Amino acid sequence: MNEVLLLHYEIRGGDFIHAGESSGHVKNILKRLGFHPNLIRRTAIAMYEGEINMVIHAGGGTADVKITPEQIEIRLADHGPGIKNLDLAMREGYSTASDSVRELGFGAGMGLPNMKKYADDLKIRTAVGKGTTVSILTKVSRNQG
Amino acid sequence: MTVEKLCKALGGTVVSGGAAMNENVTGYYCGDLLSRVMANAPKGCAWITVMGNVNAVAVALMAEAACILLAENVNPDPDAVEKAREKNIAVLCCGRTAGELAVAVHEALCHEQP
Repeated sequence: MNEVLLLHYEIRGGDFIHAGESSGHVKNILKRLGFHPNLIRRTAIAMYEGEINMVIHAGGGTADVKITPEQIEIRLADHGPGIKNLDLAMREGYSTASDSVRELGFGAGMGLPNMKKYADDLKIRTAVGKGTTVSILTKVSRNQG
Repeated sequence: MTVEKLCKALGGTVVSGGAAMNENVTGYYCGDLLSRVMANAPKGCAWITVMGNVNAVAVALMAEAACILLAENVNPDPDAVEKAREKNIAVLCCGRTAGELAVAVHEALCHEQP
């Protein structure tokens, strides 16, 4: 591909049945475009973690994806409660998820660490009471990761 | 080893199969915390879990597990079965514990005839 592909998704809060649909859609598009399998897997997992965070914590939000031949940029924006302590949230094992969410298998405290692990660049802007914007970048140049 | 062959070796029940039964199993992973699965499960693994909900199917899809292997005869939720069939993810059900299944998958992979 030579052109830029832009995608937009609305993610509904609390909807665990459809959570992952947008990440799955992006994954399929990247496959069709012929990106490296490792890049596709990294991108899909990082986006899914962000998507599920918005479903669990933020009452939903939006996902905007920009695909170019060199990289994939994902911007996840919500108007949820924000993250009180970002340093703590980045720590493996730290989670504020409720018991009911933990029963579904989430709340391992690995969401943000996983995003960091699989992304080539991760930026989080958050304000308590206003919301959070997560920007995930994956690069074709690290396609063996 | 294909999911089909693994299923026969384990004596499992196919909950969601079809074309996904031809996926190649190259390893295994045990775990129920979904983000840990995405952090550590190898691509192409038989994912052994007791988590039979719709989110497990999404995680298997993202992590590119070859199949979900439900331990201890856990019945998957109906919407999980529907999603697995829609997304072409094999889901097998077995009576054994996760630990026993890990050993059995390991042995099946080690003893596979070339």
